[in-house]
Amino acid sequence: MATPNNLVYERPEAFTDMPTHYCPGCTHGVAHRLVAEVLEEMDLIHKTIGVAPVGCSVFAYNYFDTDFVEAPHGRAPAMATGVKRVLPDRVVFTYQGDGDLASIGMGEIVHAAARGENITVIFINNANFGMTGGQMAPTTLPGMKTTSSASGRDVETQGYPIKVSEMISTLDGVGYCVRRSLHDPKNIRLAKKAIRTAFETQVRGLGFSMVELLSTCPTNWGMTPVDSLKFVDEHMIPAYPLGDYKISDAIKQIKI
Amino acid sequence: MAAKGWIEVSDTYCKGCELCISACPQEVMELDMSHLTPKGYHPAHTFKDGCTGCAICAVVCPDAAITVYREITKRPATVAV
Amino acid sequence: MPKELWKGNEAIAEAAVRAGLEAYFGYPITPQTEILEYLSRRMPELGRAFVQAESELGAINMVYGAACTGVRVMSTSSSPGVSLMMEGLSYIAGTEIPAVLVNVMRGGPGLGNIAPAQSDYNQAVRGGGHGDYPRIVLAPASIQEAIDLMGLSFDLAEKYRMIAMMILDGSVGQMMEPAEMPEMMEVKRKDFDWATNGAMNRERRLLTSIYLNPLDEEKTNLRMLKRWKEVQTNEVRYKEYFLDDAKYVVIGFGTAGRVALSAVREARAQGIKVGLLRPITVSPFPYEALEQLIPQAEAFLVTEMNMGQMLDDVLLTVRGRVPVEFYGRPGGVVPFHNEILDEIQRLVSGPLAVQTDPRESWLTRMTA
Repeated sequence: MATPNNLVYERPEAFTDMPTHYCPGCTHGVAHRLVAEVLEEMDLIHKTIGVAPVGCSVFAYNYFDTDFVEAPHGRAPAMATGVKRVLPDRVVFTYQGDGDLASIGMGEIVHAAARGENITVIFINNANFGMTGGQMAPTTLPGMKTTSSASGRDVETQGYPIKVSEMISTLDGVGYCVRRSLHDPKNIRLAKKAIRTAFETQVRGLGFSMVELLSTCPTNWGMTPVDSLKFVDEHMIPAYPLGDYKISDAIKQIKI
Repeated sequence: MAAKGWIEVSDTYCKGCELCISACPQEVMELDMSHLTPKGYHPAHTFKDGCTGCAICAVVCPDAAITVYREITKRPATVAV
Repeated sequence: MPKELWKGNEAIAEAAVRAGLEAYFGYPITPQTEILEYLSRRMPELGRAFVQAESELGAINMVYGAACTGVRVMSTSSSPGVSLMMEGLSYIAGTEIPAVLVNVMRGGPGLGNIAPAQSDYNQAVRGGGHGDYPRIVLAPASIQEAIDLMGLSFDLAEKYRMIAMMILDGSVGQMMEPAEMPEMMEVKRKDFDWATNGAMNRERRLLTSIYLNPLDEEKTNLRMLKRWKEVQTNEVRYKEYFLDDAKYVVIGFGTAGRVALSAVREARAQGIKVGLLRPITVSPFPYEALEQLIPQAEAFLVTEMNMGQMLDDVLLTVRGRVPVEFYGRPGGVVPFHNEILDEIQRLVSGPLAVQTDPRESWLTRMTA
């Protein structure tokens, strides 16, 4: 019989009852779940305001049982700045994809980080614009085929991928900036720990925190969900190395 | 003796993506081809004994569709996922 | 409080502070930068939020975020910067939350210049951002009026969950005049039942401008229009000068209206029965006040510091019943009162005909 005592894992309370609109196997759902688990573990559900982006995760606000606002494309870090500056004792996070954060919203993210805004950014890098149907993103790998780089991204005419964590970590306002992946259980656990540390950073007022998560897009990549995880392992990680790009000394002291 | 566990997969959330199936260390999961969810997916289920309640299926599940239980042997197990 | 000598931009900033401004986000642009500079000192000393944003896009979205929490928040900019803010304004309108924006207008289009203009009337009054949305637009003609309208902007924005914009030309922002400041208002955070400020002991809240189901968006549009009807009924503001027996009526807002008043006074001294209608709310426009003047008016003269933007609102009201003439100075040029006096005298000497587009004869006169 199932009793609370033999329960090992259940759907986090920080989630609403609504099933996500994500495609089967899309790791957006994993990232959502990790954020929900962390908010629940840190007892932050009732003091958190989320900022949803434009892109596949535009409906993120439907899934978290916290207050939420919905930003214009790319502007989530500016909107989060507005919320956090007037409610410094609340927890404010943005959840943004690579089109939102690294393309149209590059100005907002860089300056929020440079100002050391005490917010947490969950950045999903799946190397394409998912919601509009798989166009080239700033993070699309060289040679990678998308609907707007049909013969593969040609770096001569379409430029090179932007390594967001590497770039953001150069800014002095940043307390915590790491890249993790969602392609296997071990990395998912490491990703969760990073998300936890990022929110701990904010709660302790230690500056801007961002976790970049390598994620899949099975539908637009034209792969099964399982093959998509392999693609992350074999192609995404070599281009976007996992690691701790910046952890301030104060944050290194945090014990989780 | 290996721990004995079991899972419940929610028809509301499961989309039959198979990530849990490929991640299951005991290889006891498959899609239930005799059953469709209201959304029209074949949901994942355990098709034979051997589940240890390790919760790796729940760790990789993008839809938080899996609840995991483990038989209590000595003390209540609370495994952080 | 006693009158003090205030610079327009600084007076606007202090008036906003005294009206309970809790957060300001802006970006430098002439001729409004003194507002940003003033608040960069004033807000921190009061423990209130001030951020010089990376761009007007950043600034308006910070306003959007802070507005979602229910505090009094504003940004200020000038024409090109306000263009950049139009995205955010549309989202704020679509989310039905209060926010205040001041546009100290300059000559345009494009980079234009930094001289006083009224060239953003259409952008402010007709919308500017994408989608169907109403907005309140106030147009002060003096520093005292700008101070008074600043507090009103916040009240109206909150009352109607709507954008309240104040448009003034650069001369009102840059000049100095004696003016009286209101008392400092105590900041009291209102517990709005829509504010996303952390779901403490209540159901969670969501603020968004997305309505994926067209029927829901339509319902939202209609709800906004209904609220707008209330604004139109309750909030029209204007000033009338010498209109009781006026046969000729000059219409102008902001500085153009103020210069016109000097011309009207001089014309009165010459015995001409002329008056002035100066809209203070250009949105909602005082259509009814204008309608009331039609039976007595032999002609209207619309005067603006643009190519004839408010002119369309006048033409919509008058609908060919009386001749409407136009005199504008676009591009950052401020008209002298004698130019408008000449126009008044031209009206009196007649004959005037009803024209489909009064801009055509004006353009001919301007380029002769």
